[in-house]
Amino acid sequence: MLVKAATSTPTTAPAPALVAPSQMAHAFAVRGLRSLVFGVVIAVCLTLAFGFPFYPTLVQSVCTAACCWASIDSGRLLAARWVHRHATSSTPDSQKRWPGWPWMVPILIVGSIIGFSVGGALADWVGGTATRGYLRGSWRQGVSLLVLSLIPGVVITYWFYSRETIAAKEAAVQTAQRQAAEHQLKLLESQLEPHMLFNTLANLRVLIGLDPPRAQAMLDQLISFLRATLAASRAGQHPLAAEFARLGDYLALMQVRMGDRLQTRLDLPPELAGVPVPPLLLQPLVENCIKHGLEPKVAGGRIEVSARLEAGPSAVGRQLVLRVRDSGGGLAGTASGGTHFGMAQVRDRLAALYGGSASLTLVDLDPAGDTGADPTALGAGGTLATIRLPWATAT
Amino acid sequence: MTTTALRATAVIAEDEPLLAANLEAELARLWPALRTVANVRHGASAVEHALRLRPDVVFLDIRMPGMTGLEAAQALTEDWPGDAPLPLIVFVTAYDQYALQAFERAAVDYVLKPVQPERLMQTCARVQAALRLRAERMTPSAPSSEASPRLDSALDRTLDQLRQLLAAPGIAPPAAPLLSVIQASVGAAIHMVPVADVLYFEAADKYVRVITLEREYLIRTSLRELLPQLDAQRFWQVHRGTVVRADAIATAVRDDTGKVALTLRGNKDKLVASRLYAHLFKAM
Repeated sequence: MLVKAATSTPTTAPAPALVAPSQMAHAFAVRGLRSLVFGVVIAVCLTLAFGFPFYPTLVQSVCTAACCWASIDSGRLLAARWVHRHATSSTPDSQKRWPGWPWMVPILIVGSIIGFSVGGALADWVGGTATRGYLRGSWRQGVSLLVLSLIPGVVITYWFYSRETIAAKEAAVQTAQRQAAEHQLKLLESQLEPHMLFNTLANLRVLIGLDPPRAQAMLDQLISFLRATLAASRAGQHPLAAEFARLGDYLALMQVRMGDRLQTRLDLPPELAGVPVPPLLLQPLVENCIKHGLEPKVAGGRIEVSARLEAGPSAVGRQLVLRVRDSGGGLAGTASGGTHFGMAQVRDRLAALYGGSASLTLVDLDPAGDTGADPTALGAGGTLATIRLPWATAT
Repeated sequence: MTTTALRATAVIAEDEPLLAANLEAELARLWPALRTVANVRHGASAVEHALRLRPDVVFLDIRMPGMTGLEAAQALTEDWPGDAPLPLIVFVTAYDQYALQAFERAAVDYVLKPVQPERLMQTCARVQAALRLRAERMTPSAPSSEASPRLDSALDRTLDQLRQLLAAPGIAPPAAPLLSVIQASVGAAIHMVPVADVLYFEAADKYVRVITLEREYLIRTSLRELLPQLDAQRFWQVHRGTVVRADAIATAVRDDTGKVALTLRGNKDKLVASRLYAHLFKAM
């Protein structure tokens, strides 16, 4: 006779936070039915292999399987609930329903004993036969029968357990892939913002009639910007000079739109032109300057982007310091407007590429105009975003 | 009289200089008798010019620095003198899925950027039809007793459209976590003012005045940012610059121009609810 091992329903969804009680009951019932089917299969096998009488074997097998399943499965669920009583909603359900092997071994042994005894008695009552249960034969016989029946129990429990673990891992991988794709899409959407795109096209349309050479130049800049945006979703690095050139394209497009409301300065020392950096790392920061800093201001303002090699704290060594600075309204007015997606995205990329050795800071510049030793002297107000990359990694 | 010969005046508000010049040029081509009397770069300037020049139609870009096109439209309806017909308002926008849905629902005319001449022609035809209808109603031959209610009904329609627009999802700011305490600095101290104690908020340039029974505070935020953080059931916007705690209002009296004068409990200040919000005050 075999023990129907503890199983839990294979979960396809990776981590729904909560399982409805009705869903739990349904899964429990399904496992019960499976164990009955299992009992039938065992009875058929025993009949065919050893010539046991079919009907009494069937009754015996089904009753024992059902009782073993009921005691082991409820033992498992109770133990799991106890073990994970402090679990948060982020714990995967498959984990929440598994108490661990130290709990499962005694549950299997006790569950088997209960299952065989109660199942045997039940079979006797149903089929009117007398069996050699643990309690009726000699203790030696009982123990050997228990050990024999425990082996398939453990094997089956282990099989269901690993199947579930694999399914959970696959689901986790799928979730990670889906999240990465969604992030990618969101990034692309934020960069190809329809409002920006259509306004740029509207300006282009006007320029075609008004000033064809300027229209061509603008179209070229739009093409470079689009190409860079689409390519930036792929991994890799490009020289700092290319990064500044793409920022130049974007700012030139914005300058056509905003006219004299936008002044820009890109400051890249020639010796840093070849330093590799992640593509379009600075783009979201410059977009934020435009969107939150300058566009809301009637008078517009100025954006300055600079690259410097600076001595960091002694433990860190030299750093590549990239600064994006605007003379806009500062952070005060933007708290409710933005989703912080741009900043979060830059932080994520830095963390992924450089671990803890790179940083991004954003500060509100003092409206009183105390710019101090800052190299990009702009006048009063605005924001300053600073990226620090480790020099060794940057080269 | 051909359609394009209908004489009218327009104010254009568009922050992007090339697009502003282009809209004016396209309008001049499609509707030669339309005279653009002002072409300005931001919302506040649009309101100022429109109030002074009293054009027949105003083209408002939605996204403009300082005051958006919608806010400019709101300011226009609130400050417009009672003796002249409100200009027809046409919104101009590049792309905004939610805004477009809102415009369609509110039946407000809009133009998409890049401006397509065929579509702009339709808009011109619609504006001309509306202007002609208005002219017929205001002709001296019509009984004078009827002229004014009809004028009012046109205004009511505009107000309805604006109300719908301002409340539309994607245009109305999404609700933020509710404030329970206003932190106002007074000298070196920060005063913690329970929101429930506030009688009303009033916009004052870049600040908001916070008036309680005891005293008045000034906080450095805009009403636009503050509004989504207030419980809309308890705090009613009654003017673009005024938000009142509903249970602090004692009486509301409507005047001839459709505005509503409000008195408060425990405070002598008199507030005015604009025509845009006058519908809030009805007997149960």
